[in-house]
Amino acid sequence: MTQENQGKTSQEMIRLVDIHKEFEGETVLNRINLSIAKNEFVTLLGPSGCGKTTTLRIIGGFEHPTSGDVMFDGQRINDIPAYQRKVNTVFQRYALFPHLNVYENIAFGLHIAKKDSKEIKAKVKASLDLVDMPGFEKRPIRSLSGGQQQRVAIARAVVNEPKVLLLDEPLAALDLKMRKEMQLELKNMQKQLGITFVFVTHDQEEALTMSDTVVVMKGGIIQQIGSPINIYNEPENVFVADFIGESIILEGRFLEDCLVEFAGRTFPCVDKGFIPGQPVDVVIRPEDVDISADPAAAMLQATVTSVVFKGVHYEMLAETDQGQEWMIHSTTMAPPGQIIGMSLKPDNIHLMKKEVQGT
Amino acid sequence: MKAAMKKAYLWLIFIFLYAPILVLVLFSFNTSKSRASWEGFSLKWYIELFQDRAIMTALGNTVLIAVVSALAAAVVGTIAAIGIYNLKGWRKNFIINVTYLPILNPDIVTGISMMILFIALSFPRGLASLIIAHITFGLPYVVISVLPKLAQLDPQIFDAALDLGATPREAYTKVILPQVLPGVFTGFLLAFTMSVDDFVVSFFVTGNGVENLAISIYSMARRGINPKINAVLTLLFAAVVAMMYLIQRRLRKSTADI
Ligand SMILES: Nc1ncnc2c1ncn2[C@@H]1O[C@H](COP(=O)(O)OP(=O)(O)OP(=O)(O)O)[C@@H](O)[C@H]1O
Ligand SMILES: [Mg+2]
Repeated sequence: MTQENQGKTSQEMIRLVDIHKEFEGETVLNRINLSIAKNEFVTLLGPSGCGKTTTLRIIGGFEHPTSGDVMFDGQRINDIPAYQRKVNTVFQRYALFPHLNVYENIAFGLHIAKKDSKEIKAKVKASLDLVDMPGFEKRPIRSLSGGQQQRVAIARAVVNEPKVLLLDEPLAALDLKMRKEMQLELKNMQKQLGITFVFVTHDQEEALTMSDTVVVMKGGIIQQIGSPINIYNEPENVFVADFIGESIILEGRFLEDCLVEFAGRTFPCVDKGFIPGQPVDVVIRPEDVDISADPAAAMLQATVTSVVFKGVHYEMLAETDQGQEWMIHSTTMAPPGQIIGMSLKPDNIHLMKKEVQGT
Repeated sequence: MKAAMKKAYLWLIFIFLYAPILVLVLFSFNTSKSRASWEGFSLKWYIELFQDRAIMTALGNTVLIAVVSALAAAVVGTIAAIGIYNLKGWRKNFIINVTYLPILNPDIVTGISMMILFIALSFPRGLASLIIAHITFGLPYVVISVLPKLAQLDPQIFDAALDLGATPREAYTKVILPQVLPGVFTGFLLAFTMSVDDFVVSFFVTGNGVENLAISIYSMARRGINPKINAVLTLLFAAVVAMMYLIQRRLRKSTADI
């Protein structure tokens, strides 16, 4: 997994080994195994309640695993309390200290560590410059906007020069434009400081843009670990395919290597190794459907039922004669009611083992 | 017309409530010993008051008991409030209700039950028993002042302090305490006022001739009417009004903050 990050040292920073976590008998994390390399930007991605925050809190030391080990820089740290871990956190709602001003908030960790006041002053100033808020030292926390509080929270964490920075949905409260800006800034900051980032979000786009490695979770179980490109192009199961970007998911049957049947006909594909006759899930990205105005020459025919303009592309829904609904993203538009032809390239058809019904 | 009626009604209530106190204050400045007629302004009862050793001792006791018991209640009550805040579910509600009960409990019940307790433990009754009793009934006032402050806190800030390297103790003293301090101080003022104000509980738990102001006034009043009493009560009333004003102002300020 981590070896995929070209040009990174693959020296391990954090390893979670068989982490299991229960709250009042209820399993929240199930056999979490995860290795995070030095300087890696890892994102935990998944729907609400899937255990992202809990995983982060276990790394930070605010929560103890029911079983399993937390390794940090080669050492088991299960029994090291939060305040002794070389990890800092940017909390979901910032958790700044309202009775202290910006300077005192950022200096808090350095004061606790009994650094001398000259050094503290210099470091606070440098970290305020880093988050692009020079001169804000004296400002009370209450007088700051959401975005500024966010930056102070980041400065307060990075000023301690942690080896690992944990960020729990740090951008969730910001508006779209601000969020995009901060995504870039965080990414640059991570490169500049050379800190390992463990980032939590439920926004798949954010995960794909920022990360070296994405960890997709659902119901306390890791579904897939991989680079953004890998996760997007080679989802390991229907959940990941559906969660990352839009997908058309159809029932099909594997016929033989590189041949699959769905939507009432056979298609050449690139997948191999299923049992002939085995039912499979077929996953297709809406942007991979090629449409043409010449239905007869295409693989499938369908009638356009709706069109929505999305800025860069049109999002169309089309119904096949078998009654299946396909979502199509295309830069060319076909009006509702028009019959269109749809074709698929073999490597755009992704076959997946049928989900065993579970969590 | 209607508004005028309302105003008159309000004034009537005020007169009804405050007339006795007004008379008391007025007569504390009366030259004569009489309670029936006004014979001129004088501070002589105040002067006599300050020369009365017994009253001065009682005043000293009252202040001592109020300061010590309110301080102790503030410390213990704050720790208790933090403990309650960290509880969960039915336990929390149960403990909160148990804490509030003494506020509603009639003083006479508190007083006599504490007296019985001290006797049962053969605890010597005097200054120490008075202070303990006053801590007991002051405590809930601190808890009810601190708990809402804790509830207003962002639950993540404790973790944030640990995250920045503070030990749990440092997290409480450097982050939690400064933010609930206004509540602690309000609780202290309430406990202090309740202590100064108390007669019933003190009456039952004291012994060995230790008297606070309330008890001493009571025994004076039984011996006969003395205008010095008016003077003491006027001062006591002024002190309580001042305290209440302080507390009100603090409460108003803290709700304006939210
Ligand atoms: N202290 C707790 N006590 C009991 N259950 C908890 C506790 N903390 C979390 N849970 C449960 O554990 C599950 C995972 O919670 P977690 O906060 O890790 O989810 P999440 O992935 O961060 O979700 P979100 O995106 O909504 O923040 C949830 O079902 C939650 O209700
Ligand atoms: Mg969360």
